Amino acid sequence: MSLLSIENLSLSIHDSPILHGISLRIGEGEITALTGESGSGKSMTAFATMGLLPKGATTSGAIRFDGTNLLTLPEPQLCDLRGREIGMVFQEPMTALNPVQTIGAQVMETILVHKAMKPERAEERTREVLDRVGLPPDRFALSRYPHELSGGQRQRVVIAMAIALRPRLLIADEPTTALDVTTQAQIIELLKGLVREQNMALMMITHDLAVVSDMADTLNVMRHGEIVESGPTADVLREMRHPYTRQLFEASRHQADLGDAKADAPLLSVQNVSRDYPLPRKTLFGPRPTFRAVNHVSFDIRRGERVGLVGESGCGKSTLTRAILGLEPTQLGQITLDGDPVWQGGHPNLTVRRKMQVVFQDPYGSFNPRHRVARLITEPFHLLQDPPKGSARGNAIAEALTAVGLKPEDADRHIHAFSGGQRQRIAIARALIIKPELIVFDEAVSALDVRVRAQILDLMADLSRAYGLTYLFISHDLSVVRSITDRVMVMRAGEIVEDRPTEAIFDAPRHPYTRALMEAAPKLPELPEAQDAPHPAL
Amino acid sequence: MSRNLVLGGLLTSVFVIAALLSFVWTPDSVEAMNIANRLKPPGAGNLLGTDHFGRDILSMLMVGARTSIAVALVAVGIGMGLGVPLGLAAAARRGGMLDEVIMRMNDLIFAFPSLVIAILITAVFGPSATNAIIAIGIFNIPVFARITRGAALSLWKREFIMAAQVAGKTRTRISAEHILPNVANLLIVQGTIQFSLGILAEAGLSYVGLGAQPPIPSWGRMLAEAQTMVSLAPHVALIPGLTIVAMVLGLNLLGDGLRDALDPRLKVARA
Amino acid sequence: MLGYIVKRLVSLAISLIVASVVIFVVIEVAPGDPASFMLGLNAQPDTVAALRAELGLDQSKVERYLSWVGGMLTGDFGMSYTYRTPVAQMIADRMWVSLPLALYALTLSTFIAFPAGIFAAARRGGPGDLTVTGATQLGVAVPNFWFAMMLVLIFAINLRWFSAGGFPGWDDSFWGGIKALTLPAIALALPQAAILTRVMRSSLLDILGEDFMRTARAKGLTARQALWRHGLRNALIPVLTIIGLQFAFLLAGAIIIEQVFFLPGLGRLIFQAITQRDLIVVESVVMLLVFAVIMVNFLVDLAYAAVDPRLRTRT
Repeated sequence: MSLLSIENLSLSIHDSPILHGISLRIGEGEITALTGESGSGKSMTAFATMGLLPKGATTSGAIRFDGTNLLTLPEPQLCDLRGREIGMVFQEPMTALNPVQTIGAQVMETILVHKAMKPERAEERTREVLDRVGLPPDRFALSRYPHELSGGQRQRVVIAMAIALRPRLLIADEPTTALDVTTQAQIIELLKGLVREQNMALMMITHDLAVVSDMADTLNVMRHGEIVESGPTADVLREMRHPYTRQLFEASRHQADLGDAKADAPLLSVQNVSRDYPLPRKTLFGPRPTFRAVNHVSFDIRRGERVGLVGESGCGKSTLTRAILGLEPTQLGQITLDGDPVWQGGHPNLTVRRKMQVVFQDPYGSFNPRHRVARLITEPFHLLQDPPKGSARGNAIAEALTAVGLKPEDADRHIHAFSGGQRQRIAIARALIIKPELIVFDEAVSALDVRVRAQILDLMADLSRAYGLTYLFISHDLSVVRSITDRVMVMRAGEIVEDRPTEAIFDAPRHPYTRALMEAAPKLPELPEAQDAPHPAL
Repeated sequence: MSRNLVLGGLLTSVFVIAALLSFVWTPDSVEAMNIANRLKPPGAGNLLGTDHFGRDILSMLMVGARTSIAVALVAVGIGMGLGVPLGLAAAARRGGMLDEVIMRMNDLIFAFPSLVIAILITAVFGPSATNAIIAIGIFNIPVFARITRGAALSLWKREFIMAAQVAGKTRTRISAEHILPNVANLLIVQGTIQFSLGILAEAGLSYVGLGAQPPIPSWGRMLAEAQTMVSLAPHVALIPGLTIVAMVLGLNLLGDGLRDALDPRLKVARA
Repeated sequence: MLGYIVKRLVSLAISLIVASVVIFVVIEVAPGDPASFMLGLNAQPDTVAALRAELGLDQSKVERYLSWVGGMLTGDFGMSYTYRTPVAQMIADRMWVSLPLALYALTLSTFIAFPAGIFAAARRGGPGDLTVTGATQLGVAVPNFWFAMMLVLIFAINLRWFSAGGFPGWDDSFWGGIKALTLPAIALALPQAAILTRVMRSSLLDILGEDFMRTARAKGLTARQALWRHGLRNALIPVLTIIGLQFAFLLAGAIIIEQVFFLPGLGRLIFQAITQRDLIVVESVVMLLVFAVIMVNFLVDLAYAAVDPRLRTRT
């Protein structure tokens, strides 16, 4: 008998349906993955299993854990089960821990709240379990506070809390999504090891098909609150009976058609640039220590070139981006565009700004919610000495919107009427409208679901072919950069450690850090026959 | 529309209309004393009774509303007019010298409750309604500066502000064009709350004689004069007091209603 | 931690210096010469000059500022222009009414607000929450001095449980003093408690939406356990700010409430001094009030560090 079996689970919140007849089973020692895009209901399935649904939720069907239906179990018994028999790990390690309590106290609480051990034994167990998740007590004292740990270390604490009492089922809700790729690989290894050691069942929830493809025994693909396909992972990925599974798979390893690279004269030139940030004083009157976020970085981008900049969080790529955009001055070195300095006489240089535009990551935060699309995308006109007016302005708006696959009529709508992918198109339209020489894409597809991401990457490739764009594409994700750039720079600890043509880097990475990044990145299995196979009958 | 908004709006407009009406009409003169008719309980003739000089309480309350509203309104104006630009400037230069100076000045003003400012001004210039306005107004400056700065700081981190910077707009222009409209809702709600606090503060100051001086009627002084009469004729203290409560309650309900209507996630300071 | 305290101490000192300069300058602007005021209209010029010298009024402004501040540091607040007695003595007598009153009110307001706020937050949207929220809505609208008058009307005049005013002093009996301050403290505390309850409630509700509260529930804590063990301490941070601010209001409010109950506190002293143009008393009492507010905010800053470990290591 399966440890957990979800039978025909339906869920609605305040009468809006979220889940429709979900059924799945997880046996002991088994890893079952739930995957799908945002809004597919995968997290709600997890919360239903934990009995932690938001107010106003109504359910039907059954969630049987070891034969007991959790949906009808009274709250006190559910509390007894949570943390002891069923543990949970969350997506956002930065906020999942109580900031004012030590990590030791938080892990120990799992043990003490269930009165599973005497306090002395509980402390011993806390040390053991922290050691097991990779936080040895000699380096990570129980008296540490969450803010003293990195994101990956905090996620380890959350896992320690979840497994302190050796639960039989662990639910992990996007446990690695907020983490860097190398940390992600470590956390996945940790989870796999725990499953093996403790014969634990793991419900793994992720949007990333590549993450689950080599760890899950069973794969459930969800869309709009339904499981559209399920089965042993290898079978699902080989057969892909449902077209949605195939779409997800193909979007995940999508390669945009970039056309040939042109190597013209240098456009952007970054010479020996450094940027320091002051840190809080250590002593009262001593000099303020500084942190060097960018350290003697130099590179050129030629006209028509499409360059990627890759690195993990904290590597200095955001600082470098801000310096290139002229949002902040540099301490050392110079950045020039077409020979003109980006920052001049203590001010950003408007001549340069006119030739440079940017597309940001967050499709929801990058527009003033009070303005209409026409006003939003014409904001860069402010940079022109003689901005188009009247019908010329209308034509420019229509042209930009058409170029990114929207309609000219969309100019009169408010931004909240658009989806995330459409907003990112509008952001690109805003960047294009003054026909800049250089566009900076700052994590521009990182917040998008895979299928939308593939469309935006295609759009960028189309525009690049049509307009001969030059761009700098900044990302934490190697696989995305591969499909959309001619050249890649890998950044680590404020320095560029490798800077070579994209194919060369992916074929034979030279720097050990580049190799580590590539090895850590989860990969989809190669399935050439499936890729070429005709769509099976629906 | 929420119940708060309707109820608060109604209550507030009753007082505003009564205050405006008092310019052209009151049931009785507020200066004519009629000792024979003193301390009359509410009833026909004098709807809300008379005070110890025989003056009509309803008329006094209507004229007093003028003082209260004028003082509180101008004080909020001072607080917003100075506090909001300071808060915007501090946020635009976060961590800079200007920010530091503005925030330290704010902290300093918080150490001077409006009563203390009123005491200082009165000690120098003598008591008047202007005192009350200045004292309450000064205390409002840091309230608006802080709340504006806080909201502006979180906006400065948003990408649409960075996009505006990349579009070459100056910090001043971004503050006026993008930041201010996005904090306006918050300021309106905070404004109503400061308005209600201003009414309370004005009443307190006139009660201790630091506010409007005779013969200008004010709610606070009506209570001060009623104090010795309270055992003889409770209504002379009860009615002006309840009037203040109703006006402040109305403004607070209006503020809550506006907050819910404009944006339920607004963070409003109430101190 | 030490760095944090030192930094706060430096900013405390700067605040005090700036505040004293502001107060000194404002009082300097006041028209009229205290010496001629004290001696009356018919005084001889040389007597006036002698008194000016005695009061130190013939010195330069900077010298007078320094001797004022220096005096205060050693407990010498100068001589009252009106009574010719040491200001320090006058203040000391009155402070034993105002300070206990403010602290009494602060204690009351905290003891009312904490349980009420927690109760309402735990029962969000329920009848208990609605009752508490409604009561606070009314509470913040009530002027404390009017509320005080109503308390006198009910409990002193009608029920005769308390006396309507006056203060027997602490010498006869401690409880006699406490009893005399009880109605004033309630009048001061209730409107403040209403504000504090609202802050406590909304701060707790914010915390209830945090991710770590969900983590706590996933560990097996009941909703109530999670609220007490993880919610409360985090919710305390904004509440502490308000308590610090409230002290300023309570001190100022105490001055007004003293008028209702005829209490011989700093309020009476300062209003008397204003009518008698005894500016040196006004100056010193105002400085003392401001000093108290700044000190309380300093203590609040220290309390932050005790509650929030992030502050201890960051600076």
